[in-house]
Amino acid sequence: MPTPPPDAPPRRGRPRRRLTLGTREALWAYAFLLLPLAFYGFLRIYPAVQSFNLSLHRWHVDPAQRTFLGLTYYREMLSDPKLHRALTNTLLYAAIIVPAQLVLGLTIAVLLDAVRRLRPLFRAIYFSPYVTPAAAVAWVWGWMYSVNFGVFNNALIAWSDFVTRVGLPWLSIPPQAFLSDPKQALPAVAAVVVWQQLGFQVVIFLAGLQGIPRMFYDAAAIDGAGALQRFRYVTLPLLNPVMVFSVVISTIATLQLFDQVVNINFTDQGGPLNSTLSIALYMYQLAFSRFQIGYASAVTVLLFVLILVVTLLQLRLLQRRVEY
Amino acid sequence: MIDLETFGEARQRPNAGTVVAYVLLAVGSVVMFFPFVWMLLSAFKPIREIFQLTVLPHVWTLQNFRQVLFQTAFPRWFLNSLVVAGISTVSVLFFCSLVGYTLTRLRFPGRNAIFLIILSTLMVPTEMLVIPWYVMSTQYGWVNTYWGLAFPGLIPAFGVFLMRQFFQTLPRDLFDAGRVDGVSEFGLFWRIGLPLVRPGLAALGIFNFVGNWNAFLWPLIIAKSPAMRTVPVGVALFSGEASTQWNLIMAASALAIVPVLLVFFVFQRQIIEGVVLTGVKG
Repeated sequence: MPTPPPDAPPRRGRPRRRLTLGTREALWAYAFLLLPLAFYGFLRIYPAVQSFNLSLHRWHVDPAQRTFLGLTYYREMLSDPKLHRALTNTLLYAAIIVPAQLVLGLTIAVLLDAVRRLRPLFRAIYFSPYVTPAAAVAWVWGWMYSVNFGVFNNALIAWSDFVTRVGLPWLSIPPQAFLSDPKQALPAVAAVVVWQQLGFQVVIFLAGLQGIPRMFYDAAAIDGAGALQRFRYVTLPLLNPVMVFSVVISTIATLQLFDQVVNINFTDQGGPLNSTLSIALYMYQLAFSRFQIGYASAVTVLLFVLILVVTLLQLRLLQRRVEY
Repeated sequence: MIDLETFGEARQRPNAGTVVAYVLLAVGSVVMFFPFVWMLLSAFKPIREIFQLTVLPHVWTLQNFRQVLFQTAFPRWFLNSLVVAGISTVSVLFFCSLVGYTLTRLRFPGRNAIFLIILSTLMVPTEMLVIPWYVMSTQYGWVNTYWGLAFPGLIPAFGVFLMRQFFQTLPRDLFDAGRVDGVSEFGLFWRIGLPLVRPGLAALGIFNFVGNWNAFLWPLIIAKSPAMRTVPVGVALFSGEASTQWNLIMAASALAIVPVLLVFFVFQRQIIEGVVLTGVKG
């Protein structure tokens, strides 16, 4: 809309229909929102509804020929051992990854907060795995875990040689199978995820720590509180909102775990024996390898409900109102 | 704005605790950085050395990089990733800030409802959208196109939320003054609003670039032809093309990290500030 320069004489001539200022503003607002709202409607909300819809129908390329099945796929999920495995694995991933990230992330952030020199360097080092593509991460770790060539097994062999030589052979640890052992594979993958995501948590906690007004620490110190007491009674309660944020974000990300699981065992995805299979990976296999579109959609609806319930529960249980 | 580097420095005096902190951080850094360093160094090893456990190569070679750059489709994947991350970053910066601006600075019926609708899409996991997206893409011919790769990330709800937070901190008088001076509504956004939220734009742009560069699930689905793969998908599928050539995989991975590391080291400050300013302080 052409706008007259500020010093232009008032417009004369034909009287035009005047829009009130409010109406004009509203029209502009709708004009600005037109494309974005089309985006959200067509590419976010419609597909989400469509996913639910697909989960109720037998798949066919022609929409007219999709037969309504009701809750058949949801009943099928109840008796699908592979899905149960994926669900258990995903919850196990969350149970390992989320607390590990919380504790390690907070510890590193507190340490970083305590140093001044080299802080940017340390911060960059801890953050760098976060910006590395999962494929690259997985290749390196897959290699480090390798049974015959891996760093870990070589370290174990060296350690065992050492303790045998100094006369303490009972301290030796035999080489491990790691990713090839169905019992060890899931924790091994979880460790990779923690390593990769830790930097993000550190940055969040560091920001939270630096947002706490110093006067609280000074007041506590004057009252005779030691470092541990200050951490327990000042840092932890005031950091609660940041901790809730961190837990919720990392839980949501972990429940959708896909990249690392796929990449670390590319030839036997989710293996060995489905021991690392996540819900997202199972959904991917169903939809894009086996073309069971309807059933795969039902699994995504399950994932959506799971994320929603867990997030709401966490917000309910963890959130404490702290005013400062 | 709080200066993160020097804020609260006065209370610090070197003591035993600080020394312990340095030692622990250094040990942690070694653990965090070792896989990186090893990958980078392995990329310079000739293939016969790749399985040896020495950290430094006996013979340094650029052969792996040469092979990746001239005998694989890697350069094309790199270009694809740049195009996709570029398109989406431009779109994200423009639209997320435009929507964020409109939702805070303009008054109109349905404003809160629209914000809530956009926010509610945050709860829907990508996994739930990829199947309908793929069905749509086959229908409209978006498979194997840049549009197909880029469209899911054009206006992320998180970006709208972030930019809305930024625009909320600006005083209303500023825009009223502009309006009195006859600045158009778009001009108020473009010439007055945008320059004032630069820190937000920087953080959003960087996070978005890195996120798109590393995106995996959707590109894996939509890039059916090898020529349309992005770097993460291409490197992941290397196993098919270079089955046991670990040296190539290491070299490709090393190259794949370069742009994000560059972005991170150049914009480190903005990234950290962006996280602070998102309001995680609570």
